[in-house]
Amino acid sequence: MRRGLGIALACAAAAVALAFLSASLPHVQASAPDSDEQYLSPSEMAFSSDGRLLYVVCERSDQLLVLRAKEGTVLHRIHVGHIPRTVAVSPDGRQVFVSNSWDDTVSVIDTATMSVTRKILTGAEPYGVVVDRTGKTLYVANRITSDVSVIDIATGIERKRLLAGHGASYLTISADGTRVYCTHVYPRIGEQRSVPQSEVTVIDTAREAVVERIPLAGVAGMFHVAVSTDGRLGVIAQMRPKNLVPLAHVEHGWVFGHSLTVFGADAGGTIEVPMDELEHYYSLQYGVAIAPDKSRIFVTASGSDVVTVIDTKRLLAFAHSHRKPFVNDLSASANYVLMRIAVGKNPRGATLSPDGKRLYVANRMDDTLSVIDTLNNKLVATLDLGGPKDISPLRHGEQIFTTSRFAFQGQFSCANCHIDSTFDGLTWDLEPDGFGVDIVDNRLIEDLSGTEPFKWNGGNPSLTVECGPRTEKYFYRSQSYSEKELTHLVLYILNLPLRPNRFRPSNGQLTEAQERGKAIFNRKVNKFGKPIPEGNQCSYCHSGPKYTSQLQFDVGTGKWTDRSPIFDTPQLVNVALTAPYLHDESARSLEEIWTVYNPHDRHGMSSDLTKDELNDLIEYLRTL
Amino acid sequence: MKLRILTVPLLLVLPLTAAEKPATANPVATAMPLFRWENFTTANGLPDNHVFAVLVDRDRVWAGTENGLALYEHGSWKVFTPADGLAHRVVLSLALDKRTGDLWVGTMAGLSRISAGRIDTYTQLNSGLSNDVVYGVGVQDEFVWTATAAGASRLNTRTGEWSLYNERNTPMEEIWTYGVSVGPDKVYLAVWGSGVLEYTIATGRWKNYTDPDGENEIVLFKDQGLIHKITTSVSYVDKTLWAATYFGDSHYDGRTWHNFMAKDSGLPSDFTNQVRGLDASRAWFCTDKGLAYYDGVNWAVYRPALDTSKPEMYIRDADGKITPVSVETAPAHNYVLGIDFQGDDVWVATAKGLSHGIRQR
Repeated sequence: MRRGLGIALACAAAAVALAFLSASLPHVQASAPDSDEQYLSPSEMAFSSDGRLLYVVCERSDQLLVLRAKEGTVLHRIHVGHIPRTVAVSPDGRQVFVSNSWDDTVSVIDTATMSVTRKILTGAEPYGVVVDRTGKTLYVANRITSDVSVIDIATGIERKRLLAGHGASYLTISADGTRVYCTHVYPRIGEQRSVPQSEVTVIDTAREAVVERIPLAGVAGMFHVAVSTDGRLGVIAQMRPKNLVPLAHVEHGWVFGHSLTVFGADAGGTIEVPMDELEHYYSLQYGVAIAPDKSRIFVTASGSDVVTVIDTKRLLAFAHSHRKPFVNDLSASANYVLMRIAVGKNPRGATLSPDGKRLYVANRMDDTLSVIDTLNNKLVATLDLGGPKDISPLRHGEQIFTTSRFAFQGQFSCANCHIDSTFDGLTWDLEPDGFGVDIVDNRLIEDLSGTEPFKWNGGNPSLTVECGPRTEKYFYRSQSYSEKELTHLVLYILNLPLRPNRFRPSNGQLTEAQERGKAIFNRKVNKFGKPIPEGNQCSYCHSGPKYTSQLQFDVGTGKWTDRSPIFDTPQLVNVALTAPYLHDESARSLEEIWTVYNPHDRHGMSSDLTKDELNDLIEYLRTL
Repeated sequence: MKLRILTVPLLLVLPLTAAEKPATANPVATAMPLFRWENFTTANGLPDNHVFAVLVDRDRVWAGTENGLALYEHGSWKVFTPADGLAHRVVLSLALDKRTGDLWVGTMAGLSRISAGRIDTYTQLNSGLSNDVVYGVGVQDEFVWTATAAGASRLNTRTGEWSLYNERNTPMEEIWTYGVSVGPDKVYLAVWGSGVLEYTIATGRWKNYTDPDGENEIVLFKDQGLIHKITTSVSYVDKTLWAATYFGDSHYDGRTWHNFMAKDSGLPSDFTNQVRGLDASRAWFCTDKGLAYYDGVNWAVYRPALDTSKPEMYIRDADGKITPVSVETAPAHNYVLGIDFQGDDVWVATAKGLSHGIRQR
């Protein structure tokens, strides 16, 4: 019911948005978007232990498909929770677990009946899920709470939470079951304008404790991690953002490096390996699979629609022959990349059949699976999972959002910076205004309708400008969108729904602390009864349904690096998810907005608040 | 306050006629734990001799010093400082989350979490922590409690929510909280000037225990309540509260109070920095005049002699009889600030080093 209503609202919003776009772009012949409810968006897969069945998670249709792997026929379509992400199979094959990222649950499926028998509660926004070798313990990576839930499967009780990286997302378990590895998609919140830092969190399954954190400097945005069957080689798909240098001249440098981290005994430590080429990039590498004999590594480039096949022996030999890091050497990949195999649109998960003879790739924007013969490294089949053949404007917009084909040399897509249509936790030096000037935070793009103008200086009146000329001119510097492409891209972005707020009590009633914070947010007099000037009231600038007046103000947060201290009032919906804060990410937490960066009460009256009251205000803000 | 007291000259007179009689034949003496003491100072790897807290995590020992957090592992010391991300070099308190293995570190300038080598720091500026001076820390499932110089804080590590407890929402007359102890059903705070606060986890309600003698510095009603409201430490174990003050110590089983003072017990001093209960009847007391163990009847005291600094141990039995025990080693100093346990061994934080008491049979 809720989902149906959501779709109806989305369609209505899309129609309104389209009307707006049509008015602003008179040459666009746009029709009302189709409902894209039927699209599947397959993203992740897992084999049954006997290799007969292939389980496919479909994000858009909230389904788990069960395929007969050999023939590729769909046997079952099992409805799971909302926006499912990953899947794991118990060692005995009797249970399948699917993480539902918007429900904060894991669906437990009985493979005898192929039905959901129960749901297990997790942390906020569960992604990766693995089962230990005993079949008794479930590990779930929670993206919002940045931790890993350790859950007793029999009772469904969460035993503990283990601290993981910012935006914890993907898990794998070693073949011997002793270690679980966890990656994360956002960099650690650290010093402003410092080199991004990430980690691989290593969990000892015997102790159910984190025993190691492998540091990765310069890495932000890690996706799949895989470990060889002998446990000696680990591989991670990742990005290396070049966000500390100006982005204004993409053709003179590059914006993202797409690389792998290889680690473990075979690597002799941690080595970062570039995957791009001198004249072409392979963006947003996502899925990783290692052949059972370790001879090859398969990596999906979700923005470039290819699978890269790597010769492991040559890779390690090349790596060991270089004492100095070579991750920024774009000529290096020629030494170990065997080939690039074209697959469908937005390839994500990559899974090998148990015998290693077939690689299955989930093409998220095609509703298909690509099947690759790993002996010959050839595409041998494309399995149609039964999604609609017509491409709706919304679907088309998402396809444009996720592809890097528009960028110079295919360097990156919208999805590089807006990971899974969110943000990236980085600041960027975007404009051609000089080195180190106007450093800006990358903002969340959910529920954008009614929050224009865009950019931190409020300089863009609409998303059409933001995504059109601005993106083409300053970001991609290559191919312009057609009017239709731009219309559909903007339509997609404007219809990105707001994720459920995890801090608002489920009964709708604010807690006492949140109620006290709300009163502070809405107050018009200070604690001494004196009126607070309008411009210093939280609710004056952060007004309306999205908590933005859509106006620009100088709230005293400008720095010497800013050309102007006047900034657009950001919307506050789901503000709890987007640390660090302020236009330049100088505030590492909500607290620092006021304890450090508001010495003169220009960013709201806060100097009269006690620590308790500031905590209350923050508790309220987290519910917005 | 603790730091200042550390520098006070110790002009104390041993109330015993020391080492008059060897106690080899005394059955009480043989029943009390005997240790061989190995002491660590800056001479053998400790970053500072002022050790404020000690914590044992299996075969690893953490020492909170005035100049960094030291980890003793595989026979050598590793030191963590603000350069590694620690909140401050002066480490006042330590707590282990036994479920996750994470260490929580209270310092003079914030709270740090060490998790498999990663250090995250919470301060009153970047988080909801009530105050940067963190005298005590304790872990209750997913909640981390801190006793700070401006009330207590509780962090929900799953949601990130901070709850503050002070004079506004608890019966806390003073907000200088000095220690915290977490049990399965209750959390206790030692409040410097406001006695002991009890938090019932099931109900979220607070109750305070204070000195029935009020502001008097003499004890008019012994065993009728907390010995004094200048409390420094609490320890809750087996549904029994042990409380330390600068004027003696208290034991409360939920119905009756029993207090200990130097004049009528085996405590070497009324000035107690920390108490650690082992169960409902046994406890260790870290005082300014030595380390004391109470087995429910008898007392044992371990220290360098106050006059000669020679190793000293003595037993006080139920009848008040003092029996010296001949020993060749003693803790590094008689100003003791903390203790933790490693099997039958003890590790002791003192004003002049960290001491490892190796149990002798």
